[in-house]
Amino acid sequence: MINKLHDSVDEALADIPDGATVMIGGFGQAGQPIELIDGLIRHGATDLTIVNNNAGNGEFGLALLIKSGFVRKIICSFPRQVDSQIFDERYRAGLIELEVVPQGNLAERIRAAGAGIGGFFSPTGFGTLLAEGKETRTIDGKNYVLESPIHADFSLIKAHAADPMGNLVFRKTARNFGPIMATAAKTTIVQVTDVVALGALDPENIITPGIYVNRIVQISQGATA
Amino acid sequence: MSNENPLTRAEMAQRVAADIPYGSVVNLGIGIPTSVSNYLTPEQDVILHTENGMLGMGPEAHGDEIDNDLINAGKIPVTELPGASYFHHADSFAMMRGGHLDIAVLGAFQVSAAGDLANWHTGAEDAIPAVGGAMDLAVGAKNVFVMMELTTKKGESKLVDHLTYPVTGLACVTRVYTEVAVFDIDTVSGASGTPRVTVTAMFGDTTLASLRDLTGIPLVDGTTNSPTKGIS
Repeated sequence: MINKLHDSVDEALADIPDGATVMIGGFGQAGQPIELIDGLIRHGATDLTIVNNNAGNGEFGLALLIKSGFVRKIICSFPRQVDSQIFDERYRAGLIELEVVPQGNLAERIRAAGAGIGGFFSPTGFGTLLAEGKETRTIDGKNYVLESPIHADFSLIKAHAADPMGNLVFRKTARNFGPIMATAAKTTIVQVTDVVALGALDPENIITPGIYVNRIVQISQGATA
Repeated sequence: MSNENPLTRAEMAQRVAADIPYGSVVNLGIGIPTSVSNYLTPEQDVILHTENGMLGMGPEAHGDEIDNDLINAGKIPVTELPGASYFHHADSFAMMRGGHLDIAVLGAFQVSAAGDLANWHTGAEDAIPAVGGAMDLAVGAKNVFVMMELTTKKGESKLVDHLTYPVTGLACVTRVYTEVAVFDIDTVSGASGTPRVTVTAMFGDTTLASLRDLTGIPLVDGTTNSPTKGIS
């Protein structure tokens, strides 16, 4: 029977190569797969392109990954925050590349990658600095910007519960980028609080079908990897 | 422009809240706009949307209510109201762009007479750009209300003929609430050269002449009509 459960974070992340594009779920702390990120730092792959909504908060998780120097480029919507000092310092020192994307375009570009869409016209950003150099089109009198999908080699996300097939349910606003990032990567690795038996999740309530999930690691609540 | 009795920020928030029609779906931006929620009444049945994937957001969480998986766009712990729903980010922004939100209330550096909005970037050379959901909200919500002080600290008008700050969205702001006046902007029908900004309310000792003098844009006197026009 299919069982995507892995024994450890380190084992689940072992084949992430240098230069990989890695999507990391979360909006601020909610949904941020801290233990997987800590594992990625231990793993030590370098020259990474990271996709996340933010560029790290405080001195943990994504912020520590950035501090490690393993991140060449970050694609995000909102890097600058009151506690984004680690990113700010590296950015100002010219040590990390930044692509700022309006949040809805970021989400839709990720969704498009997972849905096999080659590009889409979005009204968001038209006439702004963030659309400079991009193809535009007027459709029914409204102006749009051509946006391209963002594909990833790996997605690291956090869900609430999984069954052995990788069917997922999330918790409250920690869902955020998880379901779309799961679809956009060649390999999706999920950390979950609970692992339940096959059949225990109501099929009507599954948010991410297991087809999008490759590896599951259980991190009990309160654990520190 | 001197004004002896401008609205306080709380009074501005109160006024915005009072103008939100029954049953509206509303997104309140980070900062001053968030305070509008303090003045919404249960009778208004307003549904709050937060960009990070929730409809039916309740008040800020305190004490035992705090759940780190339940936060708003400003990453503040919040609560859920009966009837709340959660969804992923692509759905949340599809909802916005798809015209399903009635009103977004946002802060601004500048708003132009054509309804162009600048609120994401000062344009300063050393500033780290960060846009979040600002551009999506600007083009997506059916009505974009701005809450801002009318003047900068240097006394310059933030309601301007043309933006000098980087654009967030073009022709998107439909109403501007300030401490001295409320302005409605016609973003649709205004032909070139036609005045598009109507003053619908003035506070303290504000006069139309003083507003025209400060902003340098043609302003239509709408204060004799009903207090505020309806929204689309």
